[in-house]
Amino acid sequence: MTTAARTGRVDRAGLAMLSPAVVILLIWSIVPLVMTLWYSFRNYNLVDPTLHGFAGIDNYRYLLTDPDFITSLINTLVLVAGVLFVSVGIGTLLAVLYDQEFFGRGIARVLVISPFFVMPTVAALVWKNLMLHPIYGVYSSMMRAVGLTPVDWLQQFPMATVMMIVAWEWLPFSVLILLTAVQSLDSEQKEAARMDGAGPVARFRYIIVPHLARAITVVIMIETIYLLTIFAEISVTTAGGPGVASTNLAFLIYARALLQFDVGGASAGGMAAIVIANIVAVFLVRAVARNLEV
Amino acid sequence: MATVELRDIRKTYLKDEIIKGVSLTIEDREFVVFVGPSGCGKSTLLRMIAGLEDITAGDLLIDGRRVNDVEPAKRGLAMVFQSYALYPHMDVYKNMEFGLKLAGMPASERSAKIRDVARILQLEPYLHHKPGQLSGGQRQRVAIGRAIVRNPKVFLFDEPLSNLDAALRGQMRVELATLHRRLNATTIYVTHDQVEAMTMADKIVVLQGGVVEQVGSPLELYHHPRNLFVAKFIGSPPMNFIPVVVETSSTESVTVRLPDETFLDVPVDGSNTPAGTALTLGIRPEHVALDEPGLAGQVEIVERLGAATLFHIRLRDGQLLVAQSDGAADHPLDSGVSVGLPPRHCHLFGADGLALAAHARHPLLA
Repeated sequence: MTTAARTGRVDRAGLAMLSPAVVILLIWSIVPLVMTLWYSFRNYNLVDPTLHGFAGIDNYRYLLTDPDFITSLINTLVLVAGVLFVSVGIGTLLAVLYDQEFFGRGIARVLVISPFFVMPTVAALVWKNLMLHPIYGVYSSMMRAVGLTPVDWLQQFPMATVMMIVAWEWLPFSVLILLTAVQSLDSEQKEAARMDGAGPVARFRYIIVPHLARAITVVIMIETIYLLTIFAEISVTTAGGPGVASTNLAFLIYARALLQFDVGGASAGGMAAIVIANIVAVFLVRAVARNLEV
Repeated sequence: MATVELRDIRKTYLKDEIIKGVSLTIEDREFVVFVGPSGCGKSTLLRMIAGLEDITAGDLLIDGRRVNDVEPAKRGLAMVFQSYALYPHMDVYKNMEFGLKLAGMPASERSAKIRDVARILQLEPYLHHKPGQLSGGQRQRVAIGRAIVRNPKVFLFDEPLSNLDAALRGQMRVELATLHRRLNATTIYVTHDQVEAMTMADKIVVLQGGVVEQVGSPLELYHHPRNLFVAKFIGSPPMNFIPVVVETSSTESVTVRLPDETFLDVPVDGSNTPAGTALTLGIRPEHVALDEPGLAGQVEIVERLGAATLFHIRLRDGQLLVAQSDGAADHPLDSGVSVGLPPRHCHLFGADGLALAAHARHPLLA
């Protein structure tokens, strides 16, 4: 039997094995994608069924000229960048801290990981009603106890507050990944740096951070994928408001489709989200690929 | 220019004392090797000198100055680690530059120094390679280079050759010895390999269980081991030991009764060993004289190493004795053989393990 013939047979067997997965993938992702693309060129409003037929590029024109869209786009990017900055920044420091020997380290590690196990809606509700509520919140009573007027965080700084809640949820993830990376650092390397005269800051800057570079890229990549589609926290706490101050792209699409019943306009927003996600993905994959090389 | 002095250095981990009072003087430009079985505390001692481990008690002096509480980098030492501990994200040049940069040396001076060291170590073609792209021997050289550029007073080596294969180890051993002659720096070298210790050291420190068993030149340790442990540890194949009993003794010599009821007159100081004392007689395999009158036995195993042949001989009393002879020696397996024990090569050890003082010194040590 020739090699070519054998390869051909293996290929057919491989295809047969692959096909169930491919078919499911097609049904669950390609079909909705194509339908969204189709609706984005249609007049499709649940409030006014008489208005139907092709809309041409009207849905896109309305979307792109809508100031809310620009705001939500900026909010999406600010949310992603802000949460990444906080969770990776503090996560790195915490990872180094939790690598040290100290009393009660095991319990402290469990505590730092625990926010990750709280589901987003619950976390958002806890923050909104238990912690930051201007009247009942723990934070507010603490402020009043020392005679200060509590800030109504969700009203006055909606984006910053949402960002904080999401960062609180994602910090455990980055600590978890970065802590294992810190632990894999060869202790002789740290000692060699000490012999070279590197103090704690220099060791952190020149030995630990470069060692963590790969892990940090992985954290950034995975978090970005999830952070682009943050929805529950916004829906529970601010519902995108006040106005559109805390509306990101995911929430805008939801509002268009299920609050304003404009399926066509929401589909156009969905297509925009796909484009943006892909642009981000291209940058990320390039950065990661460069960083993952030896 | 550096001397290192240890004065009753002790180290306690939790409640276990692992270094039990080590006193030692290391002269300027000396190559000192700490050797001992694993867990003897040799690496801990080195790390204490380096400043990576705290000293529980005692004084450490470098150039006469007490440095117990001085930061590692400020002690003027450089260390080569067993795993090389190169910084993987920096190229060879930056690895060597790191310490100099932190010390605030100007860039031009750094560059000149690094190029100089790279030339000595034949690392010039690899200056911009990352450690991951280098072979074991090259990484080893980079680690040594990183130590040299800092121009330290004392070099510390922690089992630097144990990760290399046998051929490379032999080659690096010669390179290290050459380098030491060239740099003339005080060096402390930790190894468990006695060949490394014997070939490179000016002075060997044999450690066991946190205690110094003997300090001396390689041949001193080989020919005049202070106790049973050193006699067993130094030398390959190891020394043979035969239980004997003192028949008569004087300051001039000790006559011992061998297991086969014959007598041997060993020229050592027997003033503290009255008749009837049980001793251990030690003799190195190369000193066992085959086909000479003495103990009778049977050849059990023959190991031919080419240049030498090792005969494992089962004595009458069931004990195994190793005799080393030249490569051409021929004794068939299971044949009977008689082995002589030349008295001047015999060591006698008391029940406390200490050797009885020999009257004649080895000619190279006289």
